[in-house]
Amino acid sequence: MSGIKGASVVIVGGGVTGLSAGWWLARDGVDVLVLEKGLVGWEASGRNGGGCSHHHSPLFAEEQRLWPLMDELLGYPTEFRPERIRLAASEQQMALYGRALRNAERQGFQSDVLDLKQVKELVPLAGDSVVGGYHYRFGGHANPHRTLQGYAWAMQDHGGRILQHTTVTGFRGEGGRVIAVETDRGEIGCDNLVLAAGPQTGRLSAMLGQEVPVQSARCEMIVTEPLPLMPLGGVDGCGLYGRQTLRGNLAYGGGPHEWLAMAEEGTPAKPTAPLMLHMGKRLAQLLPKAAHARIIRSWAGVIENTPDGRPVIDRLASQANVVVATLSSVGFGLSPASGRAIRDLLVDGACGFADISTFSLARFSKLEPNWRELQGWQVTAAAEAVAA
Amino acid sequence: MTVPASDPKSVTGKPLAIAESVDVLVIGAGPAGLAAAIGAAARGFRVLLVDENPVPFKTMGDDVPLHFGRGMAASARNRNAMMEAVVASEPRIAEAFEAGVDLRLGTACWGLYANGPALGWMPGLVAGLANEDSSILVQAQHVILACGRRDMGLGFPGWEKPGVIGATAALNLATRYDAFGPRKVVILGSTTEALTTALALREAGVTIAAIVEQAAEPIGDADLLAKLSVGGTEILASHVVREATGRDGVEAALIATLDEEGRPVGEERAIACDGIVLAVGATPVVDLIDAAGGKVAFQAERSGYAPVLDASQRTSLAHVYAVGDCAGIWAAKTRDRAIAEAEAARAVAALGADIAGVQAAAPPAPGYDISAYRLAWVRASVVEARAEFHVCQCEEVTAREILEVRPPRYLDWQNERRNDRSLSALLGEGPPNPDQVKRLTRAGMGPCQGRRCREQVAALLALGAAQPLSAIPLAGYRAPVRPMALAMTTLVPEAPEQAEHWDTWFGMHAQWRPFWEVPARYTVAGNDASGPVASE
Repeated sequence: MSGIKGASVVIVGGGVTGLSAGWWLARDGVDVLVLEKGLVGWEASGRNGGGCSHHHSPLFAEEQRLWPLMDELLGYPTEFRPERIRLAASEQQMALYGRALRNAERQGFQSDVLDLKQVKELVPLAGDSVVGGYHYRFGGHANPHRTLQGYAWAMQDHGGRILQHTTVTGFRGEGGRVIAVETDRGEIGCDNLVLAAGPQTGRLSAMLGQEVPVQSARCEMIVTEPLPLMPLGGVDGCGLYGRQTLRGNLAYGGGPHEWLAMAEEGTPAKPTAPLMLHMGKRLAQLLPKAAHARIIRSWAGVIENTPDGRPVIDRLASQANVVVATLSSVGFGLSPASGRAIRDLLVDGACGFADISTFSLARFSKLEPNWRELQGWQVTAAAEAVAA
Repeated sequence: MTVPASDPKSVTGKPLAIAESVDVLVIGAGPAGLAAAIGAAARGFRVLLVDENPVPFKTMGDDVPLHFGRGMAASARNRNAMMEAVVASEPRIAEAFEAGVDLRLGTACWGLYANGPALGWMPGLVAGLANEDSSILVQAQHVILACGRRDMGLGFPGWEKPGVIGATAALNLATRYDAFGPRKVVILGSTTEALTTALALREAGVTIAAIVEQAAEPIGDADLLAKLSVGGTEILASHVVREATGRDGVEAALIATLDEEGRPVGEERAIACDGIVLAVGATPVVDLIDAAGGKVAFQAERSGYAPVLDASQRTSLAHVYAVGDCAGIWAAKTRDRAIAEAEAARAVAALGADIAGVQAAAPPAPGYDISAYRLAWVRASVVEARAEFHVCQCEEVTAREILEVRPPRYLDWQNERRNDRSLSALLGEGPPNPDQVKRLTRAGMGPCQGRRCREQVAALLALGAAQPLSAIPLAGYRAPVRPMALAMTTLVPEAPEQAEHWDTWFGMHAQWRPFWEVPARYTVAGNDASGPVASE
């Protein structure tokens, strides 16, 4: 037994969305408890590109407002650095990448279009392998793992609690409300519940009578040894997302994902596939003067997507005191704003700083039941028997 | 009914460029690997045997795959000479060639890929192989890992100087390459593995000045100890190295005695030497099996983290076996290669018989508590060190910074009061996890891929949490388990259909539609997914 009997708000999932929500709530003096089956920030939240420039999202303006303040607000380093340069390997990529400029401009954020000469001036590791690019005068990048730990520590500084190594096994309801969360370490009472359990969100919400449709997939990234710092580390493109970290490593991802059947509990090993090679090839194209740099790690993360790839932040219709949240594979950068939106839903009844009606669960009310199959999100059949 | 096409942005239908397919791939051409390859060839299998020795001089300079500590003689730069030396060092290499084994020296395996709960894309077992100028993917029906052993690093002030070398690296340089630089060494540790290394180095012409042991009594085989003693080697129990001194490399080891609590006391004495060999803990090489998702567990009787095996040397990954030192190290096996060869024979006999066998019999229990022994070394040498030094040499992280979970120096947050988080505050109720500490402090995140510091970091966490070593999870290994230049990755071709559909992220049109254009209802039928798309 954990010794903890309950909390005003219990958050299931110690990923970036749950921890940010917990931090926002704790700052307001709300008694909050985060339940995590493993370690905080251990899954996809701690394993991503760290990008913070989501101009398509209703949370964009708040994302942009908050990131430069986060070190100060949390009291811990996030390694946030502003701005992003995105390079294109072809005219077609150049055209497709132009959407960011138009979306951002509409919301009052500027970008520059770069020709090859300007690219080489701004990006010392770049070369003739690209045709041009964009310089976003917004957005940026941060260190996911450090930021996750920052959320957790800052939440604890405000009196919030975290229970790691605690698996949710069920819920106890009464009168259309969840009154307790059942775990492998005993029952924990709650006045309100937030489900922010990443790939597990679908399974857990189904237990509450209203399933959030999600499917899991594996994505991968690579990291090189450190190189001298470029003036602006947030350089990506050529089919990759990522950054040069403040330590100097090149950390990049991109390329095909694998849809997985991972509805069950637990955290299986997440080995990588040889996709490392094809990411490496593109990184050498993006930054040819780094072609000598050695890849020293790769890693895989399992993340969930909704049918349209867009977030759900909404109350369940089936249970009055439950908020469900999935950022659908794009959660890290938006986390300062998504946590605040969840806090607003719980405390104020509605998001006060943005219109998040497009994050509603109701948009899936006419969704085809076999949507996974229709979209081709089938699980790749293992050629070999699944290993023990 | 028509089956809808699979998501073109997924891995489905994207073949890997498999350069070669073999029946049996054996990784490592030591006693166990050679026996396995020769045995499998005798059964009629097509066998590919790879060994990364001779390791390129530059790679050795990076302390990959072992802690060479720049202890290579100048002759190690001569690639052809090293190739000849490696072939000459082991008579069964010629036997393997004669048996029809496709043996490739200087070829490292940087990745092993097997399907499992979170990976279903592999066409079977796939391995990534590389030599100095090529990189390929090979498919194998069976893989036999014979990757050998490596050494626990042990720091003290000056341990970054050239001449501080892991025992396995020293042994390889002396006995396989005939290119060991130091002429007079001090050996830290007195286990049977340490004493065996000492005698082999002596055999190769190296003077063994002293065996330094923190424990009150030497712990290895008494006969081996007597041989060393008779040969003039000082046996110094209850001692520890306080510092390696020297200008451009090790010139002396400063040693001191330990009191009953394991704290260095009394006067220091300098032992002149040009090498300090770290032999406090040999441990199985588990990088490939762990990175592939195979089960690995702390097994004291196998000298640390080792694969979980059945009686036929099967790992938890189907058709993957482990033999020789990478399957577990114990004193008798170190002294008699027939034990490793018998493991190879068991694996070969099991090839093609897919019945999960009974659990492997436990090797003889070690004559000492390896957890307590290794922790005592780290306490005496690292924690009680008289000056701060970098436990993680690549990322320059000290023991104190690891125990206090300090953000790395490049952030300059060192003096921030609110950042003063103890290990216990980080841990909560769970066991200390080196991966978590690694990401926060960066210890173990450098180009040597944690080879020099991972066991020390685990020991520091165990000491900090007052837990045995077995309670500390293994810091995860990741492919590539040998660093690989970006330029090398381009040598493996990419399927055209993968290149055509390559996207930054999931390549979903709906995901990136700006919020002011999002329809109120989403259905697959109503979703416009036509035209080119680029994720943001």
